Amino acid sequence: MAAVDHAHGHEHGHDGHGHHPTGLMRWVTTTNHKDIGSMYLWFSFAMFMVGGAMSLVIRAELFQPGLQVVSPAFYNQMITLHALIMVFGAIMPAFVGFANWMIPLQIGAPDMAFARMNNWSFWILPVAGSMLVGSMFVPGGASGTGWTLYPPLSIQMGMGMDMAIFGVHLLGMSSIMGSINIITTILNLRAPGMTLMKMPMFCWTWLITAYLLIAVMPVLAGAVTMLLTDRHFGTTFFDAAGGGDPVLFQHIFWFFGHPEVYIIALPAFGVISEVIPAFSRKPIFGYTSMVYAIASIAIISFFVWAHHMYTTGIPLTGQLYFMYATMLIAVPTGVKVFNWVATMWRGELTFETPMLFALGFLFLFTLGGFSGLVLSVTAVDIMLQDTYYVVAHFHYVMVAGAVFSAYAGAYYWLPKWTGHMYDETLGKAHFWLTLFFFNLTFFVQHFLGLAGMPRRIPDYALQFAEFNKLSSIGAFGLGLSQLLFLYVVIKCIKGGKKAEANVWGAPGLEWTVPSPAPYHTFEEPPVVK
Amino acid sequence: MNLTVYRLAKHLGAKMGSIGLFFALLPSLAMAKYEYNMEPPVSATGLSAYHLHNWMTMVCLVIFVVVFAVLGYSLYAHRKSVGHKAASFHENTLVELAWTIVPFLILIVIAVPATKALIAMKDTSEPDITIKVTGYQWKWGYDYLKGDGEGIKFISTLSTPQAQINGQEPKGENYLLEVDNPIVVPVNKKIRILTTANDVIHSWAMPAFAIKQDAVPGFIRDTAFRVEKEGTYRGQCSELCGKDHGFMPIVVEVVSDEKYAAWVEDQKKKMAAAAGDPNKVWTLDESKAYGEKVYATNCVACHQANGKGIPGAFKALDGSPIATGPKAEHISRVLNGKAGTAMAAFGKQLSDADIAAVITYERNSWSNKTGEVIQPSEIKAAR
Amino acid sequence: MSQTASRYFVPEPSHWPIVGSLALGLMASGAVMAMNGVAAGKFTLIGGFCVLVYMLFGWFGTVIRESEGGKYSKMVDSSFRWSMSWFIFSEVMFFAAFFGGLFYIRVLSVPDLASFENVKFLYPHFSDVWPSAGPAFKEKFTAMEAFGLPAINTLLLLTSGATLTWAHWGLVKDNRKQLIIGLFLTVALGIAFLVCQAIEYHEAYSEHNLKMTTGVFGSTFFMLTGFHGFHVTLGATMLIVILFRSIFGHFKPDHHFAFEAVAWYWHFVDVVWLLLFILVYWL
Ligand code: HEA
Ligand code: HEA
Ligand code: HEC
Ligand code: CUA
Ligand SMILES: [Cu+2]
Repeated sequence: MAAVDHAHGHEHGHDGHGHHPTGLMRWVTTTNHKDIGSMYLWFSFAMFMVGGAMSLVIRAELFQPGLQVVSPAFYNQMITLHALIMVFGAIMPAFVGFANWMIPLQIGAPDMAFARMNNWSFWILPVAGSMLVGSMFVPGGASGTGWTLYPPLSIQMGMGMDMAIFGVHLLGMSSIMGSINIITTILNLRAPGMTLMKMPMFCWTWLITAYLLIAVMPVLAGAVTMLLTDRHFGTTFFDAAGGGDPVLFQHIFWFFGHPEVYIIALPAFGVISEVIPAFSRKPIFGYTSMVYAIASIAIISFFVWAHHMYTTGIPLTGQLYFMYATMLIAVPTGVKVFNWVATMWRGELTFETPMLFALGFLFLFTLGGFSGLVLSVTAVDIMLQDTYYVVAHFHYVMVAGAVFSAYAGAYYWLPKWTGHMYDETLGKAHFWLTLFFFNLTFFVQHFLGLAGMPRRIPDYALQFAEFNKLSSIGAFGLGLSQLLFLYVVIKCIKGGKKAEANVWGAPGLEWTVPSPAPYHTFEEPPVVK
Repeated sequence: MNLTVYRLAKHLGAKMGSIGLFFALLPSLAMAKYEYNMEPPVSATGLSAYHLHNWMTMVCLVIFVVVFAVLGYSLYAHRKSVGHKAASFHENTLVELAWTIVPFLILIVIAVPATKALIAMKDTSEPDITIKVTGYQWKWGYDYLKGDGEGIKFISTLSTPQAQINGQEPKGENYLLEVDNPIVVPVNKKIRILTTANDVIHSWAMPAFAIKQDAVPGFIRDTAFRVEKEGTYRGQCSELCGKDHGFMPIVVEVVSDEKYAAWVEDQKKKMAAAAGDPNKVWTLDESKAYGEKVYATNCVACHQANGKGIPGAFKALDGSPIATGPKAEHISRVLNGKAGTAMAAFGKQLSDADIAAVITYERNSWSNKTGEVIQPSEIKAAR
Repeated sequence: MSQTASRYFVPEPSHWPIVGSLALGLMASGAVMAMNGVAAGKFTLIGGFCVLVYMLFGWFGTVIRESEGGKYSKMVDSSFRWSMSWFIFSEVMFFAAFFGGLFYIRVLSVPDLASFENVKFLYPHFSDVWPSAGPAFKEKFTAMEAFGLPAINTLLLLTSGATLTWAHWGLVKDNRKQLIIGLFLTVALGIAFLVCQAIEYHEAYSEHNLKMTTGVFGSTFFMLTGFHGFHVTLGATMLIVILFRSIFGHFKPDHHFAFEAVAWYWHFVDVVWLLLFILVYWL
């Protein structure tokens, strides 16, 4: 089996660079997982900028009461695009980028299972992204429905809504293809001896995330397809006059939407589970229970969706069931938090930038988890639903959760990708600035929510003015701080101290190949003992 | 057991909940106006949910502090820089079981009061007064269905002047939280609210009563409250319903029985007066002048004062083929709206006189010069 | 294991993905324009579709050449199997959304609309019967009879599943004739199914007054059967490709993943039909 036919290997292997396209065409046609991973990461950061710029429009409008910067209709378009772009354009592709780069390296495979399709998964994204961004410029503008696209409001929208619908279809295709690729790679291309239970935790989280994606992206596609036919072909899925129900859309959307939040969270957990052991110089605590915890989170996540719909008027029994089920997710998530703490316990801790971001993640994600738990309690959620408390909750889990973890991963693996060390001082500065401004932006939003400020409004009553001002100042600080990251990355690519193969003294196959990782790795499988 | 813990903590909770939350907010301490917590609800069911929230916040805070105290110690003591050497343990079944089971138990302790509070909240049986609330883009319609005041009906819209919103005038105290016709209910009576909507989903929310109920078009949903303190309470639409979602507040005045009776009396008189003479024949100027008012409260949000609408979203009426063509079509469009667009069927909301006047106005304003006067009788016939 | 294949297979750089993205972009923007009355929309949509077909020919052509050229190892073969299974799983979930919608409408929304308070205030004469087109639908319509054309269609599809399996046996035994006849019959049955479906739609519109716009019954009926029909079309197209490849002598008794993939897909479409027959037509 393991015999490698060298004559064949030459045809497309390490010596085959000669007839490979160069320049732009190299990137357009590439089948190399590292190239594709880099493209994903760059795309994701670009989208983070675009989505972030939109959040700054939001925060600028909310800086003080009254309408100053944008019209209410445009404000609604901004929140919709901000959320769609951040979730589908920035966060998800960022972790797919990590998956592309790291999974083959971590399991000892030469590339992804379907390298050509991998390229296609990526190249659908710019098309989908342009559909979303482009919808701003058509008559009537982008969809002003919020990222949840609830009908009948979404039935009223103009052609920007159709662009969002097709954008979501495309994003779904990309995600499904990407996920099939990742699952197949993990299940089929592991090096001999790399059993499932020896796999790095990052691979485990992605295995399960990919499964979630394949299960729920088609459901979202179905939901928006029904929207499309309701809009243009006279069906009445979401129209009571024809026997349908607008709330049906919400059920289908959140059947996708809740697993989606774990699609965002799980790979983040995976990165953290790589970084914390590395800087504690200790193996991860409770590997097996970690795996079970991830699996339980994924399974439970299918059965809790209606906690987003407590105020729609679902019956009492339904509310109780969804409340209990939702609360249950705290248990496996708790296991993960405790295991991370135990990993650090009696370790040999150092605090380089990746570790700082991981610790920031741990603190803030747990806080966000707690506010989630508060929201899961129906009687309390009825007071807080659709207020800034919810906005605070999900930015804690998604920005301090997913974005922090993406930064932890980026700093952790940058030396492997570029062959250079990043600037530690600037990295640390980036961390502290981000931490401070993040909390300034979003911590105060808890108070706004408790005081009753609804979300998705461009203007607000006077008692909310002070906290909104702080939050807006925070947001601009947060945005500026991210430019520092861009600088650090470019500096690191351009040069810097040479990185050794195993920069952090961490275990794992990715650290056995030189830095930067050569264009082709593991053409013959390493043997894992 | 857990209930005693809960009751004990409830009292502490009210204070601790907010204390815990203000940590990161040192700079704002000076300003007394700040709210760090919810306003304590004025209904019994709301109050129990409020205490539940405070208590939960405290439970979470305690867990947070304990977990991160442990971590904090580790971060301090187990640093490489102080020469700590890594241990090599990496599992312990007992400990792992413990931190699976203990959180589970804590959740059960939370679930018990959570269940009770919810059951109390959802009880909408045996109301004294039933009011139907209809969400429109972007105003609320109230319909007193049963109990004292039966038959009262009105529409409630934002009364903050546009000039305040645009910053041309200083903002008033109740900026964005004030309406022309507040809903009035008696104190200590159980009020049942039925919600529905005419166009898109809205949500009828009143923080002080701990109430939030989506108004779903085509369906009736319900919620209830019994307020124990007189006063004026303010809330806002809490489901994104289009561009003026931020501008459809809810104001409830809770008054004594006597005042309520007087208000009912007053409303009945007003309604009788408003009905007017259905057979009156309007002149162009009369109709146009009244129509302008109707237009300003009902249509201007979308079609704009200059009749140009918002391109791509709301059609222009200025020069529109419908507003200048045969009037039957114009009447039908306003009465029945257009399905699948934001253009609602105004036949359900406005009287014949209103609709006649607004159509006259539209057909004789901006560059539209049909010279026609629409009479209420024509609307009646078209219905 | 094929002699020339290495353990892993990493393909050459390829321009097919970007062509595919271009196709999708054209189709999506074309559809948006067409639905909003922009004249260029239709042409863009059709143009995009042509590019997509071109891409599919090119891409699958490459794959077939690679496969026949013996470049695919056992490992690649099992990768294909995993991927096809997960792809079918994603299709299952796509249909699940529509079946879930049907379930919700029948069990929750229609009864709810006909329940006490809604009837009292909103729809005085509406009652909970299925098929229903909702309270605002005033015309008469009738549902399709399960034991007419749909039952025949069920038979057609079930038989096609059998002929396909028979063809597979032929392939495994290296009995080419059986393979080709079996495939041919399967394709014929599939096309017969589609023809019946077309007749049924025609009847629905002309005799039953059952249209896409006939409230939720029409919506769910046409959406579910329509997407199923679309999948049958895809499946039949793939079967035709496989048929031609068989005629050209492709596939070996121990190496014919493409055949199996199409067979899996066909059986999946079959199962969906059975569910449709029971849930949409019968009950
Ligand atoms: C990464 C994304 C992410 C994650 C991980 C979560 C995690 C959780 N979320 Fe959140 N959520 C969102 C993203 C996310 N959420 C988004 C985007 C929305 C809004 C969408 C919209 O409307 O636009 C939302 C909204 C939302 C709502 C609806 C609010 C509303 O609209 O009214 C609810 C209600 O139940 C909820 C609950 C939870 C819970 C219980 C968890 C749990 O998984 C949290 C579990 C974690 C912990 C509890 C902390 C660690 C545990 C311990 C230390 C153990 C010990 C603890 C105890 C025993 C208490 N979330
Ligand atoms: C992972 C997803 C994600 C991420 C990363 C973010 C990041 C941010 N989000 Fe957002 N957000 C959502 C997901 C996300 N959000 C979702 C799902 C909603 C709900 C939408 C809905 O209601 O439908 C939402 C809604 C939402 C709201 C509520 C709007 C409303 O309800 O009316 C607000 C308001 O403050 C906000 C703010 C921010 C800010 C300040 C950031 C910051 O973290 C962003 C920081 C980054 C940058 C700013 C970009 C980088 C730098 C530059 C562009 C350079 C230029 C900078 C300067 C000149 C200063 N977001
Ligand atoms: C919530 C937004 C909204 C409000 C409020 C509104 N309209 Fe409209 N109106 C629309 C939209 C959107 C259309 C375009 C419908 C279409 O696509 O044909 C429209 C179309 C019309 C048309 C037909 C114009 C044409 O040329 O097709 C008339 C007449 C009209 N509205 C009158 C009114 C009147 C009178 C009122 C107030 C009593 C009003 N509208 C309030 C959104 C609104
Ligand atoms: Cu009405 Cu929001
Ligand atoms: Cu959720």
